[in-house]
Amino acid sequence: MSSEHGSEKNVSDDDKSLPETQDTAAGGELEKHPFADPGLPHHEPRIQDIDERAAKRSERVVALFFTISMLATVAFIVSFVVFPIDKIFYLWPLGHISALNFSLGLSLGVALFAIGVGAVHWSRTLMDGTELVQERHPIDSTPDEKAAALATFAKGAEDSGLGRRKLIRNTMFGALALVPLSGVVLLRDLGPLPEDKLRHTMWRRGLKLINMNTNEPLRPEDITVGSLSFAKPEGLEEGSHDFHREIAKAALMLVRLEPGDIKDKQELDWSHEGIVAYSKICTHVGCPVSLYEQQTHHVLCPCHQSTFDLSDGARVIFGPAGHPLPQLAITVNDEGELVARGDFAEPVGPSFWERG
Amino acid sequence: MSKTNASGRSKAPGGERIADWADGRLGIYKGAKKNLRKVFPDHWSFLLGEIALYSFIIIILTGVYLTMFFKPSMAEVHYHGSYVPMQGVIMSEAYASTLDISFDVRGGLLMRQIHHWAALIFLVAMFVHMMRVFFTGAFRKPRELNWLFGFLLLVLGMFTGFTGYSLPDDLLSGTGVRFMEGAILAVPLVGTYLAMFLYGGEFPGTDIIPRFFTFHVLLLPGIMLGLVVAHLILVFYHKHTQYPGAGRTNNNVVGFPLMPVYMAKAGGFFFLVFGLIAIISATFTINAVWVLGPYRPDLVSTNAQPDWYMGFSEGLIRVMPGWEWVIPTGHTLNFGVLVPLMIFPLVLASIAVYPFFEAWVTKDKREHHLLDRPRNAPTRTAFGAAWISWYFVMLVGGGNDLWAIHFDLSINAITWFVRIGFFVVPVLVFIVTRRICLGLQRRDREKVLHGRETGIIKRLPHGEFVEVHEPLSPEQLHYLTQHDQPKPAELPPAVDENGVERKVGRLEKLRVKISQGYFGPSGQIPKATAEEYKAIQSGHGHH
Ligand code: HEM
Ligand code: FES
Repeated sequence: MSSEHGSEKNVSDDDKSLPETQDTAAGGELEKHPFADPGLPHHEPRIQDIDERAAKRSERVVALFFTISMLATVAFIVSFVVFPIDKIFYLWPLGHISALNFSLGLSLGVALFAIGVGAVHWSRTLMDGTELVQERHPIDSTPDEKAAALATFAKGAEDSGLGRRKLIRNTMFGALALVPLSGVVLLRDLGPLPEDKLRHTMWRRGLKLINMNTNEPLRPEDITVGSLSFAKPEGLEEGSHDFHREIAKAALMLVRLEPGDIKDKQELDWSHEGIVAYSKICTHVGCPVSLYEQQTHHVLCPCHQSTFDLSDGARVIFGPAGHPLPQLAITVNDEGELVARGDFAEPVGPSFWERG
Repeated sequence: MSKTNASGRSKAPGGERIADWADGRLGIYKGAKKNLRKVFPDHWSFLLGEIALYSFIIIILTGVYLTMFFKPSMAEVHYHGSYVPMQGVIMSEAYASTLDISFDVRGGLLMRQIHHWAALIFLVAMFVHMMRVFFTGAFRKPRELNWLFGFLLLVLGMFTGFTGYSLPDDLLSGTGVRFMEGAILAVPLVGTYLAMFLYGGEFPGTDIIPRFFTFHVLLLPGIMLGLVVAHLILVFYHKHTQYPGAGRTNNNVVGFPLMPVYMAKAGGFFFLVFGLIAIISATFTINAVWVLGPYRPDLVSTNAQPDWYMGFSEGLIRVMPGWEWVIPTGHTLNFGVLVPLMIFPLVLASIAVYPFFEAWVTKDKREHHLLDRPRNAPTRTAFGAAWISWYFVMLVGGGNDLWAIHFDLSINAITWFVRIGFFVVPVLVFIVTRRICLGLQRRDREKVLHGRETGIIKRLPHGEFVEVHEPLSPEQLHYLTQHDQPKPAELPPAVDENGVERKVGRLEKLRVKISQGYFGPSGQIPKATAEEYKAIQSGHGHH
């Protein structure tokens, strides 16, 4: 098998399917055509093909790489045994890294890579370097094959009687269409119905605001101008089984504003001495809002940069969020601790179809 | 091997006896005879698919290892492993077991690193491989199905990656899971139900990690494995495409035989890829979940960024205006999230259906085994480039905060750039790419007719300076002129031969218009013809 296959017939011999083309190189008298396919270029032998010493050298190079691989595998095993798992060392420019991870990865990498280099070098220098030519054959079946297949199918279809016996056909389709319904019904218990779960949080009248950092009830004097404080409802303990679910809705942030700076009337009503409490859960897709700019009273969600103006009802002033952060009405109890005056008036977090 | 044993008298070598046994059950000799010397063409761009395949294998190997230690559970535990900074911290078992893999299982960290790096490389390789197939027209008949298989692999790969990096339940990945809940809630009518069903109740619940685990290690890789096998069978069956050139025609394959050259090369290449990924994993830490801490819905890490292949959707979601309306029925329509959610699959689908669109425009029913040079299909190439630019504009949007920090720009400015760029950049890229292709075609034509510019200036006897042009070899002449130049479709005459008015459907009119754009004078430069060439050669040959 070698080079000279210059035939130019198209794989698909069906001439009618050929779209018109403007002049192709393969037009008729190939010989005189200046652009005709000259055929595969003559194969140039490599040095290894003519010089046995060069071939021997290549062989040794390949063997060298395979040997390196073996050594690297030994190094892998040694590293595994020798380096304690918690040993950290400094390596410029990577910084402090795990000795075990580094040595295992490097030795494994070299062991694998060297096999690759050896194999590729072998194939390139020592295996036969002449290109082979193989014919392609059209994918589509011949008209005879097609006719035979159709006839076979027709025979099968005829025998089944599916075309004639409409009753069987229709009931069968009906049965096959219905039976997957069981599978759909089974999915029902994947989760509960939404009901009004997204509308309520743990907050209710009189519930204390607990400082996230200290786990103590928050007092108005704890909240200083210019900083963001975070609170959770009294009774919600980290590690309790419903902590994540409840904090995902009830997380609160508080800032202290000059009452005169508050532009929104309801916000002022729901605040206490200029302290306002807002849901920490972004109304876009639910990240916790966490960056506060004290001059402007803007808070920023780090996920997609929605920005809310806390001095104006947490109005969205930038970004993809679609509505303001809900506010929690607060006051103080007899002990002077901040408490909620009720639940949020609207659902917190991302909006949903039934939110309204 | 030398002792053949047809007579059955002396004992055959062991390997042959095993093969005989197998042949009696499987008929392997027939297949071996046909396929062992099957020829594969050689080109660096054919390695892209191989990289994807090998990283997939590496992912499966390391993934199975990880399942030995990973606990897909959201039950809360106090951490008492050997990573000191997390002592006593409350976290899910999923996160704790990821820390254990990283700090208490020898080599566990390496396996995690290789798994994650291989996942990134897998997706990059699939993406670039797909682009190679696109720009060379390798998706044309008979390979449209394989194009779709490959496309599905890319999409499934994205979801497998997403479910995978959600598993450790760290602060970053949990943010992605939260994002998904918000996105699902934005679906009109059924979104709230879907979210409840997927998460087994309210976010985050305790079901999502175990469920993702099943998707990640069983469902999605299972489907992908099937698709990969089908993909490879079809490559084998269709025989690989090849680039045009001397001796390479539409009905042959020129290259090296599977055994031994391709076995050594492809097998060797597997080890090269694996070795390289291992070395990268030894040196560059990826997804250091221990730094981030366990997920909590009320905490967030700054610079929350998904893996690159999700960056596109991240960009869409970031730059979309926050359109949210309560419609008269009292329901909320959250377009700000819903629109990106719909554009994402549409953008992906637009490239997936392109082969069928092009086939409809050209009405070409032939098989194509010779690849196109991208310049010879200017409109297709321009479309592909525009598509990529679309992707990258959105990727910029996905990192708008990073751009803002590193280049000291305002987020607002970047957001508006991306919003406008989403519509404008692909159009510009389309126009420019098409021009470049036409320019290259023009240059090819010049080269064929006048030879290659040598840069040597010669003074003619009468004083004129000319540049010496070196004539092209027959190989080059063939290479630069071998491509088809389809004629644009034309509307049939308004009346047929009997003088009856001919009805042409709207769709057909559209097709003709598009075809004119593709193949009309504005869409391609006529390649040099033999007549032109001969005229120049026989005439004043000194130019
Ligand atoms: C097919 C494509 C796959 C992709 C793209 C992929 C991707 C990922 C990624 C990015 C991670 C996060 C790793 C980290 O940084 O910690 C991951 C985790 C994981 N994957 Fe895969 N994976 C794939 C297939 C598999 C398979 C087939 C298995 C097992 C049979 C598997 C088992 C795991 C396990 C157990 C984890 C969690 C362990 C950990 O995070 O440390 N993956 N995967
Ligand atoms: S979640 Fe806050 S901006 Fe997207």
